[in-house]
Amino acid sequence: MGLKTAALKKSIWVFHVACSPCNNCDIEILDLLTPRFDIERFGIVLVGSPRHADALLITGVANRHVTPRLIETYRATSKPCVCFLFGACASGGTFFKGGYNVPKPVDEIILEEDPNAIIVYIPGCPPKPEAMIAGVVKALSVL
Amino acid sequence: MKKTTLPIGPFHPLLEEPEFFTLYLDGEIVKKVDLRIGYNHRGHEKLSTGLTWDQVPFLVERICGICSTSHPYAYVLAVEDLLGIKAPPRGQYIRALIGEMERIHSHLLWLGLAGHFIGYNTVWMWSWRYREEILDACEKLTGNRNHYAMCRVGGARRDITREAMDFTMGALDSNEKSTNMFLGVFADDPVLHKRLKGVGVLTKEDAIAYCATGPTSRPSGVPWDVRQDDPYDAYGPSLEAGAWKVIVTENGDVFDKAVVRVLEILESIKLCRWLIENMPDGEIDAGVGDIPPGEGVGHHEAPRGEVIHYIRSDGSNKPIRHKVRAPTFVNLPTYKATCPGHTIADVALITASIDPCYCCTERIGVVTRNRTSSVTQDDLVKLSVEKTREMEKRMGRKSGLVKF
Repeated sequence: MGLKTAALKKSIWVFHVACSPCNNCDIEILDLLTPRFDIERFGIVLVGSPRHADALLITGVANRHVTPRLIETYRATSKPCVCFLFGACASGGTFFKGGYNVPKPVDEIILEEDPNAIIVYIPGCPPKPEAMIAGVVKALSVL
Repeated sequence: MKKTTLPIGPFHPLLEEPEFFTLYLDGEIVKKVDLRIGYNHRGHEKLSTGLTWDQVPFLVERICGICSTSHPYAYVLAVEDLLGIKAPPRGQYIRALIGEMERIHSHLLWLGLAGHFIGYNTVWMWSWRYREEILDACEKLTGNRNHYAMCRVGGARRDITREAMDFTMGALDSNEKSTNMFLGVFADDPVLHKRLKGVGVLTKEDAIAYCATGPTSRPSGVPWDVRQDDPYDAYGPSLEAGAWKVIVTENGDVFDKAVVRVLEILESIKLCRWLIENMPDGEIDAGVGDIPPGEGVGHHEAPRGEVIHYIRSDGSNKPIRHKVRAPTFVNLPTYKATCPGHTIADVALITASIDPCYCCTERIGVVTRNRTSSVTQDDLVKLSVEKTREMEKRMGRKSGLVKF
């Protein structure tokens, strides 16, 4: 483990990228901040700029309009960073796979931009907040 | 004075969904608001024509995560309208119960976000904490916190157990207490009065002129509610029994919009209790077979206003046209009446006050090479007329359109 990865794993700051979601994963992410789950106790904080973030929380499929913005956001994030693909849409595409406005899955878009990107899939529609916390913890333990 | 523009979005900590605002400012006063959407268009209407009648509810549920019962509800009502049937009573009551539970958690969600927008995070944390109880009850009733998948053409998809209903009653009781506390907060808290009163007033005339619906129009004194005006399913009997009423206030500012939503939570709690107490026994599903050719329209009062679904069938196992009109689509233009003249901090709140849901709204996408083109109203009318003519020709029907 390099110094950078060791630093990354301490209290990760996340930036929320809603590609073309149905809002549900986004609301569940906000739910994580509220009293029942309160992820700030693990040092996970939602930040306002990708430049401050250690991880991107990506929800929803990426449509034609949002794809260039997603790539731009990924470029702006300080490296190394982890991409969490939240929910079934971001992980696999579900119904929207093959839709006229959904050219590529999110993971392909990111891997094309950076072949060494670290991608973590958290499936579910929407994943329960407990599953989200478990996903983050698991990802941190294997990094 | 030099005019400044302030771009906000598409990924911004204040916005959960991707959308792009441009505020035209004079000092700190907002003169004009420009809204660019299209970040959320996934092509539901087209995708829907590739799925069977029974698969479509799962797709339309994913139009929006917060009104995830409203869209399938309106869709199944549209198909039932085409078939000319009604769901069995127990199916109707189950659907209405889930719809009302959704209204409660959606309004609590909005209340929290409104608190967050005025920098009053205590309101956010508390209302979302109480929302968890409702989500627990929903999980007990349906098996998922959101995306309940309870609507099916001809009835409900799954039955609900007595145990789950008892659990829901407990959750409603404790939620009524906390909602009454919020009502007290709105009556007494000087911070909320200062920040919300007189901000973003939507007059009754404007609400009617912009065709605003739901909790955007009701605070302005427009008593429109589909559940009351065209009672469908279990809403008719509950209205006759006097289980709930439509909440209307007069001022039309953000304060009234918040109060209307809090009072609607209380009415929904009463309605949920009535539905559980009067839940009939028997079948939940009418057992629909083939869908004949024809067309149908269904509408449902979503937490944000009236949602309309239109479907057309040619007798095959898939719809050939599916049209969705979400409430935010008609509520968005009210920004033109409410935003100008306020400060940036207030505009953030006013834009949130209609409870906008862009993933519901985005039904049209234009893909061009240079990405700078925009579509005007005239273009849209022209496209719509062309499309209708083409469809009429294909269906062999005489055109009822006036010459364009």
